[in-house]
Order: sequence, then structure tokens, then C-alpha cells
Amino acid sequence: MTSLSNVTKGISRSGASTAPYEQALWQELSAAIEFYHHAPDALIQVLHRAQELFGYLREDVVQYIARELRLPISRVHGVIGFYSFFSRIPQGKYTISVCMGTGCYVKGADQILRGFEKALNIRAGQTTPDGRFSLRCVRCVGACGVAPVAMVGNDLHTNLKIDSVKKVLKAYK
Amino acid sequence: MTLNELLEWRDRARKAMELRLGEVPPSDPGAPFKRREVLICAGGACVSCGNAAVITAFRDNIAKRGLSDYVKVVETGCVGCCDLGVVIIVMPDNVLYRKVTATDARTIVEKHLVGNEIVTELLHTGENGEPYKSPGDMPFFNKQLKIVLENCGLIDPQSIGEYVARDGYQALGKALFEMDPQEVIQEVLASGLRGRGGGGFPTGRKWSIMAAAPGPEKYIVCNGDEGDPGAFMDRSVLESDPHRVLEGMLLAGYATGSHKGVLYVRAEYPLAIKRLQIAIDQAREKGLLGERILGSDFGFDVEIRVGAGAFVCGEETALLASVEGKRGQPRPRPPFPMQSGLYGKPTMINNVETFANVPPIIRNGGAWYSKIGSPRSPGTKVFALAGKLVSTGLVEVPTGTTLREIVFDIGGGVPGGHQFKAAQTGGPSGGCIPAAHLDTPLDFDSLQSIGSIMGSGGLIVMDETACMVDVARFFMEFCVDESCGKCPPCRVGTQQLYHMLTKITNGTATERDYQNLQELCNVVRSASLCGLGMTAPNPVQSTIRHFREEYEAHIFNHRCPSGVCRKLLTFSIDQDKCTGCSLCARNCPASCIEKVDGLKKYTIDSSKCIHCSACFDVCRFDAVLKV
Repeated sequence: MTSLSNVTKGISRSGASTAPYEQALWQELSAAIEFYHHAPDALIQVLHRAQELFGYLREDVVQYIARELRLPISRVHGVIGFYSFFSRIPQGKYTISVCMGTGCYVKGADQILRGFEKALNIRAGQTTPDGRFSLRCVRCVGACGVAPVAMVGNDLHTNLKIDSVKKVLKAYK
Repeated sequence: MTLNELLEWRDRARKAMELRLGEVPPSDPGAPFKRREVLICAGGACVSCGNAAVITAFRDNIAKRGLSDYVKVVETGCVGCCDLGVVIIVMPDNVLYRKVTATDARTIVEKHLVGNEIVTELLHTGENGEPYKSPGDMPFFNKQLKIVLENCGLIDPQSIGEYVARDGYQALGKALFEMDPQEVIQEVLASGLRGRGGGGFPTGRKWSIMAAAPGPEKYIVCNGDEGDPGAFMDRSVLESDPHRVLEGMLLAGYATGSHKGVLYVRAEYPLAIKRLQIAIDQAREKGLLGERILGSDFGFDVEIRVGAGAFVCGEETALLASVEGKRGQPRPRPPFPMQSGLYGKPTMINNVETFANVPPIIRNGGAWYSKIGSPRSPGTKVFALAGKLVSTGLVEVPTGTTLREIVFDIGGGVPGGHQFKAAQTGGPSGGCIPAAHLDTPLDFDSLQSIGSIMGSGGLIVMDETACMVDVARFFMEFCVDESCGKCPPCRVGTQQLYHMLTKITNGTATERDYQNLQELCNVVRSASLCGLGMTAPNPVQSTIRHFREEYEAHIFNHRCPSGVCRKLLTFSIDQDKCTGCSLCARNCPASCIEKVDGLKKYTIDSSKCIHCSACFDVCRFDAVLKV
């Protein structure tokens, strides 16, 4: 089953990938498709694995998945476009997900988001020019007891204040 | 494994957990140290507060002091008091330490584990500064009744043995060998359990409809797509006691004649997915999933399906589409999933918490359960407390407990001298409950009668600094984002509602807009295809119902009474408080903050102000005023 750990691993390298490294990724993807017996209903699970491996859903990867699962490519793109978890553009090395759930919102999550936007000089949904950080908003990550929160990769940062934005970013420089 | 082996296993496992279960063995007077267990919370919040460093520190210090044979470190599920993380409990002394760091770990080892002395400065304290020794002394815990959460914070979620020690899989054994499927359904019916996902449909009735559906191919689906912002009950149950959910699904499978289960979990919960997979692997290895379970004729297996970030997938037909690898869009009903669901076969969908309630019902009988809580919706309900509260976290109370008890007794009230304004239940499908209704008992029917819903259990408290129009707008923005786009009333309607609410918060709305808003709410409610659209107007309608004057202040007086809606605020600088540090001037994107001639003070030119609130946010001396 798909493990969602280390979602960000390998992302920075996807741009300048070396052949053997790339080959290992394709093998892993092919193994995942085998695991699900090429079943079309495993599409979402396979896409999760592909994004984990390649960092984002590259066109050649999408075409390969469509072929292997015997699905029209339009169907695959339809699913990718529908779910907010999937991305067709390269993400930064670290994805900062600022929680915009109710618990965080009433505790000033919009100020935290503005703090990140200002510190990184990008808007939510964008990636810094150096490819280090992507910034996005997410709906509730279920850590409302320690709101407001933001995730960097899979690390959760809790009880954020405006001043803590810089401290969080520093940890990933 | 057979039933007898399961019973023997339970007795062995219980013995291994005796320190934690309070069955303390006579201490050996010759031993240099007392035998103890250190329970470290490994719930989502404590993990993020750095529990890994605390665990390492405990292990290292215990080894260093030669305590390894006497003290065991256990990573448990969520203890519940998430704002106090990292939480640790020392057993059998039953002492709870809060906000423990790696340095504190050393102190606890030295003082408590070696010196047998409680570390008072790490105890949680009450309002008057009195320290609470054990969880039972804390008001946060002593008003709770734990059925679903009985193992949360007590057992290691990655150990099937510890679940078995707590009577785990006993209900399954009882059902398989002492009851026929019909009797299992009878017990669930007698318990009066109602679906905990928010709908409140009687679970026993659902099960009996499913049992009558034609087989043999039928599916049991567990809905773990907890999308309501502000809700984390299912997350905690899945992370802290995954076997309980599996056992509930097994019982549902046996009662309804199904042999295949699917656990749909949202991708935002990686830890829950990991622990569930471990639980499934362990149960398979022990023969509690698969063919011929416990030597009976009953076979059942479970598979996890991970969502991909779409709120609408909490709706049952959308969820099934997503399990099949399609876009998660709902479809009209009938046919209902129990007639034609997953792959066109009869499919029964229950919520995580509903399944988690079933094992104790089968163990103790439906009659026992039906006596707990309010008669029309018996049992307990888990709530996720968040927002402006002294104590936040996960609580379980009998249904019918009043909102006041939860907010003020368990949650400790609103911090910082602020006033309680409203509690929001049910997320984007629910409503706001004002202070006037604090004594409403929390159950399905009472909440509905005041324009909110029980929902899945998210409960967010707001103080007077929250603007109700802004809150309604926040939820509408959520619905606009999450509407799947299939039916126009929801796709277009929520968009229009959002525009109208934005106009109100900008002070540009007219009375006509206000009327249109209310009319359109009714249209979206009655014409949408699925629950998302049908309930999307709830936050607007409930805030209009209880906080009409706030809407009217925005529309007719162009004023936001709570000081939230920025376009309606005027920013100024209190000359007495201003220290002349120039931070606001440097941060002002409109360059409208200037130095007062001859003074080390600043002032805002309100004709150029763009109401961005940057100055207010950065000022360290509270010198920027917004009215």
C-alpha cells in the first residue's frame, strides 16, 4: 500500500536527473502497478506513488500510467485535475502547507499565510525561483488542538505566530 | 488461531500490561528500583511537539541509570489534551506530566523513576495554580466517559497484543461462536447507536437492510475521509486504536454477510494510514483477517484506499467513485449504495467512530449502551475541541451533555479574559451556536432544532474577536473550492453566495443583496444534488438567525462590530503608545505612514490607507488601533 512518507524526497533532483536514478524510479513505479495487478480502479493509488517518486506528475509518467492501467489518457487527466493532492507542475524541494481549517482560521492562519508570502516573496500556489519552497493552503490537517499550524513536507509546525515564520524557514535553509 | 488461543493470549497480554491496568503486583522489596511504565503520547499533536526527542531522552537516561529491567517506555495513542504536548504518564503511579522536553525527561528519570518523588513543576496546574497529579484530577478528564477512546493514550497502537489485552477481538469471538448474524444486528438495534458521521441514521437499521441485500458479493466501507475543517476525531481513533475499527468492520461483515471491506482514508493523514496498514498486517498474520477467522466459516479481508484531497469524497456516492479510481463526484440516489454501490454491488458505508462503537456494544450488550447518554441518541460522542479555549483536544462525553459543560468545565472556558461568542459545530455543513443556547444538550435532535448539526464532532469555540459574517464567508469559500462542479445549484450558487458575503464584508452590499442572499440560500439547499450543496447554506442561515444585528451593522452602518473586516476598519496610531520604532512605516505597502514632524512618533494618512493591516500585525507595542 502507498506509504506517503517522504513525499518530498527526490523532488529537487528530478530536474537534473541522472539516467540510473531515473531508471530506478521507473522500476519502482512499474512495481507499484504490478502490485495492483494493472487494475484501473487503482488509478489514484498509483498516481500517489508516481508523485511520491517523481515529485510531480510529468506528462511521460501520466502517459505510461494510462497505458499500463488501460485507461484513456483523458480519464487520467480528469482524475489528476479533480484532486487537489496531485500536481502537474514541479514543486519546490519543500512544500509549505499552511492550514486554513476553521480551528486555524479563528486563531489567525491568514496572518501566518501572509507572513510566509512576504518572507518568501511568492503567493500561495507558487514556488520560489530557487526551487526551494512551494507555498500552498490546505484544508484542515487535523491538528486543531495546537492551531495555527503549517506543514513543511511532512513535518508539522504548531502554535505558529507571525514571528515564528522566519524561524520555521530557517530550519530548512 | 482458535477462540481458546485468543482467550489464552488475552490473559498473557493482560499480565504483561498489569502495571498499566492498575493490577499492581506486590513489589519486590529486594529490588533496587520500582517497576514502572512510562507512557509517551504519540498522537499527531505530540509527534509535532517533538516527542521523538523525548522518547530518545527517556530511553538513554533509563539505560544510563541501569533501569532498563525495571522501566518500560511505551508509545501510546492520543491522550487527548493536545495543547499540553508532549504528554507523558507514569504508571502505575498514574502521574501525568505535561509539556515535557528532552531535558525534563532526564529530571523525571532522576527524581521520579530513581528517587520515587513526583516532579511537581511538570504537573499541570489548575486556574488557581493547584497542581493536578493524575489525569483523573483534571477537569478536562473527569467529566468524560470513554468508550470509543477507552484505549486511546493507554495502549501502543502498533501492538495487537495490547489491544487483545483490553478485550480486543473478544466481541468478534463472541459473535462468531455464540451469536448468529441476526442476533448481532439485534444487539446493535437495541443499543440505539446512530451513525456518528453526522447523519445520525440508526446503525442497526442500516445493518439489517444490508443483511437483506442480495449476495454473495457485498462490500463494507469505512468512511475515514474526515474532511470537516476543525475535526480530528477519526484521525485520532485511527492513529490510536486502529484494531478497534477493524474489529467493528469484521462484526459488520459477519452480521451482514459481507466478506470484503474497504477503509477509505484521506491522504492528509499519513500517520493513520501507516498505523492502519500495520494493524491489518498483524491481524492477517494472527488469522483475524482472511479465510476461516478463529477457525469459523467466516472469512473477511480489508484493504486501504487513500483519498487525494477532495472534501466531497466524504459524501457516500462520491466516496465510492473515488474508491473505484474515478473523479469523486456524487450521483443521484436512488439507487442507494446498499442497492448498487461499489462495482455495482450492495455496499454499506459507516463512519470510523460508528465502527469503533460496535465492539463494546457486542461485548457488553445493546441494553448497556442504550442506557448511556440521552434516550433518543444514546451512547457517547467524541468531540474535537479547538479554537479559543483554555484546554483543547479530544474529548468523549455522553450524548446530551450541554455545550456549557464542554466549553467551560472540560475546555476550561475562553482564555485571555475574552468572552464566549459562539461555538461552531458540523464544519461547513453546520452552524454557529450563540451564548444564549449554551445549555442546549448536544445530541442530533437538539442541535438540529437550533439550526446547527452534530456533524462528525468538530467543535470550534469563537470569542468576541470573531466576526460572524466573516466566519460564514470563510465556510462559503470552502464550499466554493470543494464543490465538485457537477450540479449548477451548488457550483454556481455557492459562488454567488460567496460574492454576496464578500460584498457585505467589504461594506458595498445593499439591502437587495441581503434579501438575495437569504433567498439563494433556500435555492441552493433545495436544489443541490448531494449533501455538500444541500448543507452549504447552513453556516450563513444559522449566523443570520443568531447574529442578525452583525449582518445589519455591516450592510447599513458599514461597520464590523468585531473589528475583523478590514475594509470597514480605520487604522490609526495611538501617539502615547508609539515608540517611534518605524517598523509599521517600513512594512506599509502603501507608504502612508509618516513621521510626525519633530517627534519620534508616526501617523497614518488614512486617505491613502489600503486597509491591509500590516501595521497592526507588526506593531510590538499595541500602538496601532483599528476601529
